[in-house]
Amino acid sequence: MNSKNLQDELLRRSGVNPKKCMRCGKCSATCPAYDEMEFHPHQFVYMVETGDIKPLLSSESLYRCLTCFACVDRCPRGVEPAKLVEAVRLSAIRAQGNNRITPDDIPAILDEDIPQQAIVSAFRKYTK
Amino acid sequence: MQMNNYKPLIVAFCCNWCSYAGADLAGNNRLSYPADVKIIRVPCSCRVNPMFVLRAFQRGADGVIICGCHPGDCHYTSGNYYTRRRMALLFSMLDYLGIEKERTRVEWVSAAEGAKFAATMNDFAETVAKLGENKRLEDLRCKR
Amino acid sequence: MQRIGVFVCWCGSNIAGTVDVKAVAEALGKEPGVAFSTDYQYMCSQAGQDMIKAAIHEHKLTGIVVCSCSPRMHEATFRKTAAAAGLNPYMVEIANIREQCSWVHKDIPTGTEKAIILGRAAIAKVSLNTPLTPGETPVTKRALVIGGGIAGIQTALDIADAGFPVDIVETKPTIGGKMAQLDKTFPTLDCAACILTPKMVEVAQHENIRIFSYSEVESIKGFVGNFDVTIKKKARYVREDLCTGCGACVEKCPMKKVPNEFNLGMDNRPAVYIPFAQAVPKVATIDPTACNMLKNGKCGICSKVCTAGAIDYTQKDEFIEERYGAIVAATGFNPISMDKFDEFAYSQSKDVITSLEFERLTNAAGPTAGKLLRPSDGRHPQTIVFVQCVGSRCAACAEKGKEYCSKICCMYTAKHAMLTRDKYPDTEVYVFYIDVRTPGKNFDEFYRRAVEEYGVNYIKGMVGKVTPEGDKLKVQASDLIANKQLHIDADLVVLAAAIEPDKSARPLATMLTASMDTNDFFTEAHPKLRPVESPTAGVFLSGTCQGPKDIPETVSQAGAAASKVVGLLAKDKLTGNPCVAHSDELMCNGCSSCERVCPYGAITYEDKEFRQPDRTTKIRRVASVNPAVCQGCGACTVACPSGAMDLKGFASMQIMAEVDAICK
Repeated sequence: MNSKNLQDELLRRSGVNPKKCMRCGKCSATCPAYDEMEFHPHQFVYMVETGDIKPLLSSESLYRCLTCFACVDRCPRGVEPAKLVEAVRLSAIRAQGNNRITPDDIPAILDEDIPQQAIVSAFRKYTK
Repeated sequence: MQMNNYKPLIVAFCCNWCSYAGADLAGNNRLSYPADVKIIRVPCSCRVNPMFVLRAFQRGADGVIICGCHPGDCHYTSGNYYTRRRMALLFSMLDYLGIEKERTRVEWVSAAEGAKFAATMNDFAETVAKLGENKRLEDLRCKR
Repeated sequence: MQRIGVFVCWCGSNIAGTVDVKAVAEALGKEPGVAFSTDYQYMCSQAGQDMIKAAIHEHKLTGIVVCSCSPRMHEATFRKTAAAAGLNPYMVEIANIREQCSWVHKDIPTGTEKAIILGRAAIAKVSLNTPLTPGETPVTKRALVIGGGIAGIQTALDIADAGFPVDIVETKPTIGGKMAQLDKTFPTLDCAACILTPKMVEVAQHENIRIFSYSEVESIKGFVGNFDVTIKKKARYVREDLCTGCGACVEKCPMKKVPNEFNLGMDNRPAVYIPFAQAVPKVATIDPTACNMLKNGKCGICSKVCTAGAIDYTQKDEFIEERYGAIVAATGFNPISMDKFDEFAYSQSKDVITSLEFERLTNAAGPTAGKLLRPSDGRHPQTIVFVQCVGSRCAACAEKGKEYCSKICCMYTAKHAMLTRDKYPDTEVYVFYIDVRTPGKNFDEFYRRAVEEYGVNYIKGMVGKVTPEGDKLKVQASDLIANKQLHIDADLVVLAAAIEPDKSARPLATMLTASMDTNDFFTEAHPKLRPVESPTAGVFLSGTCQGPKDIPETVSQAGAAASKVVGLLAKDKLTGNPCVAHSDELMCNGCSSCERVCPYGAITYEDKEFRQPDRTTKIRRVASVNPAVCQGCGACTVACPSGAMDLKGFASMQIMAEVDAICK
C-alpha cells in the first residue's frame, strides 16, 4: 500500500479529518502517556495529514497510547486524535498478520463507564 | 427540426442585487454566453412565482434558470431559501410531468461572479441544447 | 391604451458595434402601443435626455422604454428625465442591451435579434406599469439606545450633540457597562475609569439625554420613524429624584453578605447598594431578594438614616411609553460560563479565575484595592499561568464553547501579563497561546513589548489540565515548539474566557424583528458596506452586540451608528420605495401565509367590514402591508395561495407579460 492509499485508508477507518486541527496542542497537553511516547498525539494528527505515516507504523508510541480518550474529550475542534492512533495501530497489527482477537472475545458490554472503543483498543493492544 | 440550426430558448430570472449585477459584470468583462439566454429582472429570486416558470414552458421555453444570491447573502435576508424550497418542489413535479430536471435549474451567482454567470449560462444552454426542443407541454400551450 | 415611446441608445459604439440600432428602433416601433421610436448616440447625455422630454410632450407619451445600458446604471437618470417632463417616474422601463446583449454577443444579427426581444419584453412590461408614488411617513425625532455601556454612551452622546433627544435604557442600576469594571485599557494603558467616568458624567448632564437605569425594554411596536416602545422601570425602592447618593443607607444596612456582582462575586455588598463610587445615576438601589424589610417587613434602618427621605418600600415597577424614530441596540457581551471546562478546575479552585475577575483583582477600586492577591488565601502569587482561547475557536461542541475568535483576549492577556511583570517583577508569568492575534494600531508592538521588555514567557501550546494540589495548581501543558510536555506549579491560573452576546439580545431581536446569526450576534445589513445597520429599517447596531470588538472599535462603531441615526432623524419625512407589496382585500382570505414568510414583519392582519351582495356587511380578517416597512422582496406574493398579494412595479402580470414577449 503506498502512502497516499494508506492515508486515505486511515482517514476512512478512523473517521477523523485532520484538516480540522488548528494546532493548539491541547491533545498533547492533556495526554497522560506523553513522556512515554516518541510521537505525541498532535504529531500523529500532523503526520497523518502530511502523509508521513511510515515512522508512525514502526513506532513504539502505538502501544504506549493508553487510549484513555482524554485528547478526544478535550480537543476544541473535535479532531479525535485517539481514533487516529487506533487506526494507525490497526494498520501495524494487520501488516504483522497476527491480529489474534476475534469479535467473540469481546463481551457485548464489559463496563458501562468505559467507551466501547477504548475496550476494543485495549484488547488489540495487549493481546499482541 | 434540424439540430445544427436549433437554438434553445432560455428564460433566466435574476435577482436584482446579486445575479443581475453578476450578469452585468459578465458584460463588463465581455464574457460571452449564448444569446439564447434572455434575462428577466426580479427584485429577489423569491419573487419568482412557479406560475412564471410554468408560463415560460407553456409558451415554448426550452429551459428556465433562476439565479439568486448565495445562501446567507440574500439582500432580503431569507428570500433565496424560499426559492430553494419552492423550486425543488416545482422542479420535481415538472420532471414528473415530463420536463426533464436538466431544463430547470437554480443557481447562486453573486454580484462579483461575472465569470460564474457566463460559465453557468454556457453550461446550461449547452445542456438544454442537447436535450432539444421541449415538446412536453405542447398540448397545453396556448394556441396562437 | 398606453402611448409608449422607445429610445434606443447607441452608447457610441458600445451598443451600435454589435447591434443594428436603427433596425431595433424600427422593429420596436411596430410593436402594439408604441407611438414613437427613435435612436440616438448617447441617450444619457443632456441632448439625449432633452430629446426624451420633447418626445414625451410631443407624442403625449404615457410610458417610455429606453434600450440602453443596465438599469443599475441609468434607471435613476431616466426616471428623473421622465419626472421632469411630467411623466410618472415609474412609467419608465430599461431594456438592458449593453451589459446583457451587445457586450456579450459577437455578431450583429444575433445581437440585433436579442436586442429586439429584450426591447419587446420591456414594452410588454411598461404597458402594464401603473404610476407609483412613494409613500411618506413622518419621523419622530427621538432616538432610543438600548444598553448603557461604552457603545451606548458614545452613540447617545453623538446623537445628543447633533441636537436630537436620546433615551438610554440600562438594565443595571448604573451605566458604564463592562468598561467600568476594567482596570487599564490596551494598548496605551490609560485607566478605564479615568476615560470612561467623564463620559458618564457628560451623559448625565446632557440636556438631550435621559437615562432609564435599572430598566428594561418591555415591548416594541411600529417601524422606522415611529417605534412605540414600552420601558419597564424596575422598582429600586429608592426615589431617584430625592436620593443624593450620600451612601448613609449603604453604610448602615445590616445585610452585608450579598455577593457583589460588580466585583464578580469576589467580595460582598449590602442589600442596599451603589455599584461603584462613580455610578451614574449615583442613586442607591435596594436588592429585593436580600432586603429584610422587603422580604419580611423587619428592619427599615435605611429609611431611618436617609435624611433625604428617599427610601420608599412601596415603590412599584413603572411603565413608560415613548415614541422613537430610531433604535440602537448596544446590548454588549458577557464572558461565557466556565462551568463546563472541568479540565481547568475553575469550579474546584478559587485560584482559577477568568480574565474579567483578574481585571477586578488588579483594579484599585476592586476587592483587594488593586493588590494582586490570590482569592483563596490572600497570598501574593509567584507563578501565574494565563490560558488563551478558553472556549473561543472551539468547534467541538456548541454547548461548551464558541466557534468564533473572541478577538480581545490576545491583547488583554498581553496587558495583564505585562502589568503583572511591571508591578511584581519577581512573578513568573506564562502565557499559553494557539496563535497571537494582534492586528490593530500599536497592538503587535504592545505584545512584543510584553515579551521583550517585560519578560513574559509566551509558549506556543495549550494547557491540557489544571489540578489543585495543596496550595498549588499543577498545570500540565504542551510546548509545541520544544515538543515537550510542561508541568508548572502555579499559584494563579487566569482563563481568557470567550465572550458571548448578552442574554437580553435574543428577545430584543425578536421584538425588533432584527436578524441574528447562529451565535446570537446581531446581523448587519451588509457586512462591508452597511456594518452598523440592521437589515430592519430604523434599527442600528453599536458595539459587541454585532460581534466581538475592543474599545477603540466599539467607539468608532458607536459613532458610525450615531451618524446613521442622525441622518435618519434629520429627515422630516421618510420617502419609501414604492415598489412594495399590496394585498387585494377582496381576494385575501386571511390565511397568514404571507405574514409567516415576511422577513420584516411588514404584514399585519386587521378585521375589516365588507359589503355582501345582499347588502349586509360581514367582518373578515385581511392582510395589510405597511408600505413603510415592506422592502419589496416579493416573498409574500408567491406564498399567497389566493393570489391576493402582488408587488407594485414587479406585478405578476408584468413579469408574465415579459415571459410572453420573450417566448414569442
